[in-house]
Amino acid sequence: MAKEIRSPLPGTFYRRPSPDEPVFVEDGAAVEAGAVIGLVEVMKSFHEVTAEESGTNVRFKVENEDPVTAGATLAEMD
Amino acid sequence: MDLSGKTLFVANRGEIAVRIVRAARALGLRTVQACSDADTDMLAVRLADASANVGPPQAAKSYLDIARVVAAARDAGADAVHPGYGFLAENPRFAEAVEAAGMVFVGPRAETIATMGDKVAARAAAKAAGVPITPGSEGRLEGLEAARAVAAEIGYPLMIKAAAGGGGRGIRVVENAEALEKQIPQAEAEARAAFGDGGVYIERLVERARHVEVQILGDGTRAIHAFERECSLQRRRQKVWEEAPAACLTEAERAEICAASVRLAERVNYRGAGTLEYLFDDERREFYFLEMNTRIQVEHPVSEAITGIDLVAEMIRVAFGASLSLRQEDVTRTGHAIEVRINAEDPAKNFMPFPGVCGAMTVPENVRFDTMLYEGYAIPPFYDSLLGKLIVHGADRPAALAALRTAIAAMTLEGLKTTLPLHAALADDPAVIADTVHTRFLEDWLANNPLGA
Repeated sequence: MAKEIRSPLPGTFYRRPSPDEPVFVEDGAAVEAGAVIGLVEVMKSFHEVTAEESGTNVRFKVENEDPVTAGATLAEMD
Repeated sequence: MDLSGKTLFVANRGEIAVRIVRAARALGLRTVQACSDADTDMLAVRLADASANVGPPQAAKSYLDIARVVAAARDAGADAVHPGYGFLAENPRFAEAVEAAGMVFVGPRAETIATMGDKVAARAAAKAAGVPITPGSEGRLEGLEAARAVAAEIGYPLMIKAAAGGGGRGIRVVENAEALEKQIPQAEAEARAAFGDGGVYIERLVERARHVEVQILGDGTRAIHAFERECSLQRRRQKVWEEAPAACLTEAERAEICAASVRLAERVNYRGAGTLEYLFDDERREFYFLEMNTRIQVEHPVSEAITGIDLVAEMIRVAFGASLSLRQEDVTRTGHAIEVRINAEDPAKNFMPFPGVCGAMTVPENVRFDTMLYEGYAIPPFYDSLLGKLIVHGADRPAALAALRTAIAAMTLEGLKTTLPLHAALADDPAVIADTVHTRFLEDWLANNPLGA
């Protein structure tokens, strides 16, 4: 079964540390537990989203800069 | 001037939108409230005569999109647009676009916004009007050689500031000549990236200053002041507590800085409400001009509380071409007012944002509460955390502090974490009571007084 990475906060999701930098994690890549996969901006402050478990073949479910709710699935992985 | 039947488009959100809708209604105007997809159930939408969608939740795609906001206002049949504070309030291109679309911009002319938004031009205008400025470079620095020469004259520590910066952004503190050599090119690159303008200038660093600002109103010809405010309690260069008047000033100092501010406003033919910000060194008893805000400010209610003037109504009237309804001699001052900002943040957890749902709400009587809240309102996570402002007024400063303590104790906002506990603690703090604070006081205080620990 696919593992999910959920948003800890409501806000705006970012896949990059800043507009000119590469994404934290490419689609299809593998991540280690604790790795940062994106940022959620809530009320003008930024919070890191980390993978709780290791996994492979990361598939993002929301686009960069999409609004997200707390608990929304941001990505799935195997 | 009869404004009844005119339509005002409110190009902002939150508590200031509520404030503008109410002021406009009192003048007989019809109101159309802008709202993003995340704001369709906000209080200002409920209060306004109509609302107009300006796009998705992210401010950059809605409230900050000039073309969209102007089109929404025009389609709504607006005669005028009020920008509030933040967002597009100090964007000269927005003011221009509003007027080009045949509507009145509630604020100064685009060229006034542009001049005062450029720190170097604003400093030059201030100097020409006889407003005291901080020792520093005459204008934008042309290279390192010029920076070295100015630094040698004013001494260290000093600040490098971006000409196009503001609100505390684009500032670097430099301790010595070696650091200056390194930081000037970096500051220029950073300013270019952040503000699209690499211009920088340098100023003496005033380490323990108070933040004093003068409220002015102009009709394009004549200007008046509504006395000053003090906003020294700040966190991360953001104000959290405001008072009027500034108790640290003598009557002579107050008269001098208010008169200087009016001179500058008249010199730039200022129209609308505006604020001149100063640092006040209370040991040297000297003022230094910081910047001018060409809009209504968050903390305007403390000036209204001590003068009885409705600043928002007045700025709407003059935007439509009316002359100021007051002469300077009509403006009087009564008692002392304090405003505390109530933010959706948990002060016990390093001010972590808390976009919760507002439960039962109790607001004490006999105080002013400018807010965006109502019971059942879910605070959107996309914007500033300001929920409202509690404003108290008393015969003198001790009476205002007592009124603040009473009001905070009587206030409940269930379901939310807010900064009210911070204000309760500050209202009981000996240094705040004795009024011996400065602009870096609150950060030091927070380091020594962890709330809720």
